[in-house]
Amino acid sequence: MIFPPELEARFDKMLKAYPEGRQRSAVIPMLMYAQDAIGMVTPELVQEVARRCGVTALQVDEVVGYYTMLHRKPFGRHHIQVCTNISCMLRGGEELLAHASKRLGIGNREATADGQFSLEEVECIGACSWAPALIDNYEFHHSVTPEKLDQLIDSLQKKAQ
Amino acid sequence: MTDLVNLNIDGKAVKVPQGMLLIEAAKRAGIEIPQFCYYEGLTLQAACRMCLVEIEKAPKLTEACTTPVAEGMVVHTDSPTVATARKTMLEFLLANHPLDCPVCDKGGECELQDMVFRYGVGESRFTEVKYHVDEKQWSPVVFYDGPRCILCYRCVRVCDEGLGVGALGIINRGVVSEIAPNMGDHLECDECGACIDICPVGALTSGAYRYKTRPWEMEHVGTICTHCSNGCKTTLGVRDGAIVRANNRDRSGINGEFLCVKGRYAFDFVEHEERLRSPLMRKGGELEEVSWAEALATVAKKFAEVKERGGKFGVIGSNHTTNEENYYLHKFVRDGLGGENIDHHRTGDVAGLIDALAGRADALATVGDLYTTKAILVIGSDLAQQHPLLSYQIRANKRHHDAHVYVVTPGPVREDNYSVRSVRGGLEAIGPLADALKAEPGLVVLFGDSVKGDAVRQLVAFGDSLGIPVKYVALVDYSNSRGAADVSQAAGLAYEQILSASDLDVFWVVGANPLKDHALGSQNAFVVVQEMFLTETAKRADVVLPASSAYEKTGTVTNVTGEVQRLKAGPKVMGTKSDLEIFGLIQKEMGLNLGIWKPDNVLDEMRKTTRGRLPVAAPESIRSARDTLFTSGSLGRYSKVLNAVMEGPGLIYGLPVSGKSQ
Repeated sequence: MIFPPELEARFDKMLKAYPEGRQRSAVIPMLMYAQDAIGMVTPELVQEVARRCGVTALQVDEVVGYYTMLHRKPFGRHHIQVCTNISCMLRGGEELLAHASKRLGIGNREATADGQFSLEEVECIGACSWAPALIDNYEFHHSVTPEKLDQLIDSLQKKAQ
Repeated sequence: MTDLVNLNIDGKAVKVPQGMLLIEAAKRAGIEIPQFCYYEGLTLQAACRMCLVEIEKAPKLTEACTTPVAEGMVVHTDSPTVATARKTMLEFLLANHPLDCPVCDKGGECELQDMVFRYGVGESRFTEVKYHVDEKQWSPVVFYDGPRCILCYRCVRVCDEGLGVGALGIINRGVVSEIAPNMGDHLECDECGACIDICPVGALTSGAYRYKTRPWEMEHVGTICTHCSNGCKTTLGVRDGAIVRANNRDRSGINGEFLCVKGRYAFDFVEHEERLRSPLMRKGGELEEVSWAEALATVAKKFAEVKERGGKFGVIGSNHTTNEENYYLHKFVRDGLGGENIDHHRTGDVAGLIDALAGRADALATVGDLYTTKAILVIGSDLAQQHPLLSYQIRANKRHHDAHVYVVTPGPVREDNYSVRSVRGGLEAIGPLADALKAEPGLVVLFGDSVKGDAVRQLVAFGDSLGIPVKYVALVDYSNSRGAADVSQAAGLAYEQILSASDLDVFWVVGANPLKDHALGSQNAFVVVQEMFLTETAKRADVVLPASSAYEKTGTVTNVTGEVQRLKAGPKVMGTKSDLEIFGLIQKEMGLNLGIWKPDNVLDEMRKTTRGRLPVAAPESIRSARDTLFTSGSLGRYSKVLNAVMEGPGLIYGLPVSGKSQ
């Protein structure tokens, strides 16, 4: 399996960053970056990461099964992650999630038919001071209200057209 | 001498070496700390949290399994807080546990049962519906029942660390976590069943044993595995005269708790439907069942007649029969028949090594040495396939003592994964290793059948040139090859010559199948075969005498490293007799007086009379049987388990071995 040149360069650097014999430490970052490039964790990717890090495919599967941010099915181009942990919950995070679900017509860890959006309920994202918060891919949105969420989705949809 | 640390556990002053874990220190003081995931010899996991203890001045309860002792530490394992913690942990472990103990194989010898009985509470506060997943079958011998699993990781670690296979993992997380096999829905591994034995609950169960019996209904018979030469103790679970299980959970014997697929499952040949249960005699060209009396009388009469007229006997002995049987057979041929043509299939140059060492008995390594010696050199053997216990010992040595493993083999082997140097080639390739080896404090050299005759002398000379203590193991294949070589005394025809000779009057084979790959030269010889099954050799016989297997008799066998161990009889197969008894009865029928044929008496006699050097075998006659984990000479054919696992017949140096059964 070959990745885009910049990703290959990043992986090379990553493997050298860990002390000799500790290359398995690269399993998680490698999976994260590769997932962004491919869109999901495929069985081939599991094999490839295992080979590069010198572990068994089963050991990579253990990691993929454990961490929710690694997913084996494709998510949308915009992966909306709504926090419902304590601070966000107190300030309307759950209502926000319910609104997003209704607006997009999808449930937790599901993607829209056109592949534009996917939705996920997440635990604390470290933005408690600006609760409720959500993340669109890697971009934070603070003090979100259902109205602001609608505006965000509108603008993203417009951008896609 | 390491520094000692003083601490106090439950009011007892304890003095232990620095670095010792609290759980071990408590054990030394006679205080039990409950545990599931902590397992002596494996890496620490700290997953089960059963071993929580109270340490004074620590802010909260601490796991005794990962905390090293410290000077002045005051520990409480019997405080109300600890008792509550244990109760709570057990309540959690039982939250989704099906509590199907009445039908669980483990019931009666289950660590979870014992813990709940001792430390748990009688009720649960959980009212939720239990999470259930169906049982899965991963191979003919391994089943997994997820709901029973307590996720202690013992199986995962023993497979990865103990066996060097790493076929098991834990997928998902939280309440839906479960053990997963390496191939998604099935296992591809050594099929050794170590994961099943080490499981503290009934989550991993054995295809051979499941739903057969309750543990307390078995009689446990500790004997020695009859398959390869490593001499593992296997404890047979015998119920109603049949073996239903083999394991070695009490860690007795040189193998500790280790067993491979053959030791743990391949006892099933004992009950195979093709097992011979009556003597056979050739009548009108066909083999027909006859009584023991008739068969023995016929053989004795023929032997006496041939002896009388100075006829020629050719005898092939066994690599599976006991030392006492081998000794008695030699005595029978030499003193009873006046013959000297007796030999057996030689699978490694034991005699050559002993000859080359010229009396240096301390240069012969034991299985224990493989765990304690700082450096190991493997020449010409795929240990993980051909000598699983030796391979396991070396891996343990590497893990616990950081042993340096050097590998010189014609192809890839499992030892490559943790060797300091792996070289592809034969004996000629060891030269460049000399400098590295000279720096080692001690060395054990194991060599396969490619090193024989002069090569053994060269190897010993190489060892002597290193200037460090060197011990050797001449690798041989079957359960008593070493013992067979040890009692071998005759100076007559050798193995191949006996088979090729055209003038034998009697051809007598005991527990061997030489005609599987060799024609019999003496077409007119009277052929007597003592066997468990109708092998190629037995089919050619005039009289076949049904023999007991090693699991049905007493006596001693000598393993590859020369360790003599006792067999103990487990089941009894009707109609068969031990080879020793057969010899005794034939000689009695012939009116000879070769002595009592009870194993203990014969052993006493051997102790008094066996002396001197072994006759060296011709190097060209020495060849390994190339058995893998999944083959066992002709015997392997009659083990359904060995033929059912998909890994069979196995690989040596990563290449397929020829034929399903040897």
